[in-house]
Amino acid sequence: MTTATIPTTTEKLTSKDFTSDQEVRWCPGCGDYSILKQVQTVMPELGIPRENIVFVSGIGCSSRFPYYMETFGMHSIHGRATAVASGLKVTRPDLSVWLVTGDGDALSIGGNHMIHLLRRNININILLFNNEIYGLTKGQYSPTSHIGQVTKSSPYGAIDHPFNPLALTLGAGATFIARSMDRDPVHLRGILKKANEHIGTSFVEIYQNCNVFNDGAFEVFTEKASKKEETLFMETGKPLIFGQNNEHGVKLDGFKPVIVNVADVSVNDLWIHDEREEMKATILTRFFDDPKKAGHLPRPFGVFYTEDRPTYESALTAQINDTIKAKGEGDLDTLLRGRESWTIN
Amino acid sequence: MTTPIEEITKQKTNKELKEVVILFAGDSGDGIQLTGTQFTNTNALFGNDISTFPNYPAEIRAPAGTLAGVSGFQVNFGSVNIYTAGDQSDVLVVMNAAALKASLRSLKKNGIIIANTSGFEPKNLELAKYPKGVNPLKDGSLEGYTVHEIDITKLTRACLENNSGLGVKEIDRSKNMFVLGFILWMYNRSMEPSLNYLKEQFKKRPELIETNTKVLKAGYNYGETTETFTTRYEVKAAPMPKGTYRSIMGNQATALGLISASKKAGLTLFYGTYPITPASDILHELAKHKNFGIKTFQAEDEIAAVCSAIGASFGGNLGITGSSGPGIALKGEAIGLAVMMELPLVVINVQRGGPSTGLPTKTEQADLMQAMYGRNGECPLIVLAASSPSDCFTMAFEACKLSLQHMTPVMLLTDGYIANGAEPWLYPKASDLPEIKVSFTTKKNSLKENGEGKVEKYLPYLRDEKLSRPWAIPGTKGLEHRVGGIEKEHETGNISYDPDNHEFMVKMRQAKVDKVADYIPEQKIDNGKEKGKILVLGWGSTYGSIKTAVIDCIAKGIDVSHAHVKYMNPLPKNLGSLLKKFDKVLMPEMNNGQFSRIIRDKFLIDAIGFDKIKGAPFTAGELSKKIEEINK
Repeated sequence: MTTATIPTTTEKLTSKDFTSDQEVRWCPGCGDYSILKQVQTVMPELGIPRENIVFVSGIGCSSRFPYYMETFGMHSIHGRATAVASGLKVTRPDLSVWLVTGDGDALSIGGNHMIHLLRRNININILLFNNEIYGLTKGQYSPTSHIGQVTKSSPYGAIDHPFNPLALTLGAGATFIARSMDRDPVHLRGILKKANEHIGTSFVEIYQNCNVFNDGAFEVFTEKASKKEETLFMETGKPLIFGQNNEHGVKLDGFKPVIVNVADVSVNDLWIHDEREEMKATILTRFFDDPKKAGHLPRPFGVFYTEDRPTYESALTAQINDTIKAKGEGDLDTLLRGRESWTIN
Repeated sequence: MTTPIEEITKQKTNKELKEVVILFAGDSGDGIQLTGTQFTNTNALFGNDISTFPNYPAEIRAPAGTLAGVSGFQVNFGSVNIYTAGDQSDVLVVMNAAALKASLRSLKKNGIIIANTSGFEPKNLELAKYPKGVNPLKDGSLEGYTVHEIDITKLTRACLENNSGLGVKEIDRSKNMFVLGFILWMYNRSMEPSLNYLKEQFKKRPELIETNTKVLKAGYNYGETTETFTTRYEVKAAPMPKGTYRSIMGNQATALGLISASKKAGLTLFYGTYPITPASDILHELAKHKNFGIKTFQAEDEIAAVCSAIGASFGGNLGITGSSGPGIALKGEAIGLAVMMELPLVVINVQRGGPSTGLPTKTEQADLMQAMYGRNGECPLIVLAASSPSDCFTMAFEACKLSLQHMTPVMLLTDGYIANGAEPWLYPKASDLPEIKVSFTTKKNSLKENGEGKVEKYLPYLRDEKLSRPWAIPGTKGLEHRVGGIEKEHETGNISYDPDNHEFMVKMRQAKVDKVADYIPEQKIDNGKEKGKILVLGWGSTYGSIKTAVIDCIAKGIDVSHAHVKYMNPLPKNLGSLLKKFDKVLMPEMNNGQFSRIIRDKFLIDAIGFDKIKGAPFTAGELSKKIEEINK
């Protein structure tokens, strides 16, 4: 038994080949439409046979996703897609497994499975649609809602401190974490491809607008007027710069990131992004200020961190192979006989 | 001229016995379970029929010397057929005062007590809560029993004092070998199997082979040379059916059944589980056999355990999860998902006392209703129950077979009693086990009109004669499809909120499970006549006790029969007519009357419930008494 790898194909497919015959039923204007489109666009470019692709989801608006993909798919139960996908990928390393989840599904009811999947590093691509609200249950606050957020279940404002999803996942031992947004198709497609290329669990947080229950939650990051000032698009090997004309930069003062004018410093003084530096990634995940706060840091997008670490399924296959080498392939008669037997004539 | 030792040996007499029950009891750190297991294996190898019942505290190391810390191992072996670990013991071996206090009531009148006197020091007596100044070995309260006092601790220490290089703690740990040696002598058994075990067990610490061997032999020789022991006992081999046997425990048998089924089905076995007493030994056993390609997955919780097994099933593997009642409760929603998606899934429940955490290490049969009805919505499962340690093998194999062939989850119920109990097993040859035919669908299975003519389509919920659906696994070109927990449209599997479709699908899933009755054996009478006055109807681990009691009552001339149900849902097709051939149906269960309620519900008969909810199996005596009572 060798570790099966995901096969490749040269068959030319289009996004249409990845569109199922089911009517898409998200609310008009939902950010999910754009994400679905980008995923369907990227799929043919991955060179993976369609039948080897599986989309697994839990419960929530985003979790209807598999029904719209013309691939194998499972719409499971709330919070458990991570566990279902784990069992699938561990037994079928030849499949490209994609997991679609939301902030409630992944971080609240399914929080436990999420952190354990990340530490095991099973080669699954997780797409977390974060809209900071419960949409399917019609508008309660979620574990990523901000303090004070007024929702149906928090009419006087939410008092729960929110999760910082990327700090959480990095802390759980993730080997690939990235952030993108529904309103930037080009960036999102790029990140989806990188997530696919990474061998191990890839965690992609996608800011997604719920125009019905939490409209405009991310508009300072996604809308033209403020996007350049409020976001920081990271690329390995390039300095962290942002602003209308890339006039701002970030540099490290000890462990503290500070904003500087690019014109005032030498390029060498700026923070050069390297997605393989864990310590720096830890700091980057903490660029999580309320954009209304004076002097806040911009919100980073792109790949924060990636590392190569053996996957759970490859370690398991190796262990099975080692055992077979040492003990020989299992023989049922020997097993049934056990250590000691006796015969009655 | 004979030496004094030969003289003594010559004077010892042999007495033949048909059946002996020994209860070993001591602190949970005393190695009681090992002594019991080794003695059991020796007798099994000798050819006795055997049944065992380990009984240990939930705490790993409860405070030494206390009543809470008493660990027991009961073994019944004989030259006759044995079906239970015995109601009461003939011999009670106690390592300390607490063990005596906790176990004395299960010793027969006139029984033999072997007591380790150094476990009866004032401190031990106080911990065992004897009144100040009272020592049961000295105060005459054990009159009527034959008491042998041996200072096992002292003798063990003396045996190893010069050359062992071990500390006192380690030396004391080998006193269970002294007990084993002595008991082997008492019952005329060879030390060979135990010596082999020590060699195997301590391969990496040869000094322990040497010391344990020394103590084992010292125990044996103590019986041989001490004048106090004048009688040795002999229990001849039992008249067992011809063939090759091994000793097997229930959880081990379950694991072997699962492995056999995966081999016979040609599928990878995936076992997703979370540690829980008394089910963990299934995981331990499976994890050892990675050379069978088995994938064991110790999940982060019970829900992840079952969901990972569902993921494995979706991928075309044999997905299995195992737990005990509390864990099964957590798995409920996910089991429903597998029912809804119609995927194979085997769920094993090694039942223990409940509710909540209940009695983790004690036995009960109180999860039958949970298995039958314990999920949201109309959610039928195939439910099977194993009746003895070796039957766990048969039913685990059967659970896999039915699940794979009917594309629906199966729950297998065992319990703490048979999971940890052992018996001789006439094990099968691999070639004697039936093949489990599994065929993945690789082609589209229907022609559908799409407005421009007929096109081939794959319908994931098209039914066959068993009402089960095709299984097309990821990687199969052209058969891409979606499954999920939301109600699905008949045949296409697309999401459907249509009210008529929902009712149709609920009834379809029920009919599919009911249809399994066509593929399982009819109910047989285990013992007694096919019709008559009393039928004792049991299920699960009560098998041995009921069998013993019914044999006993038939011998007394009572018109009584025994039937034991292993297919709990659906029930065998002939069960209703079988029940109606008896005037009275007695239903002993280790719960508050769960199966009797189901039988009353299904067949409208006035079944007489007989419940025991004490964390312990029925004794045959209790059952005989009840049978005699309703016979009046």
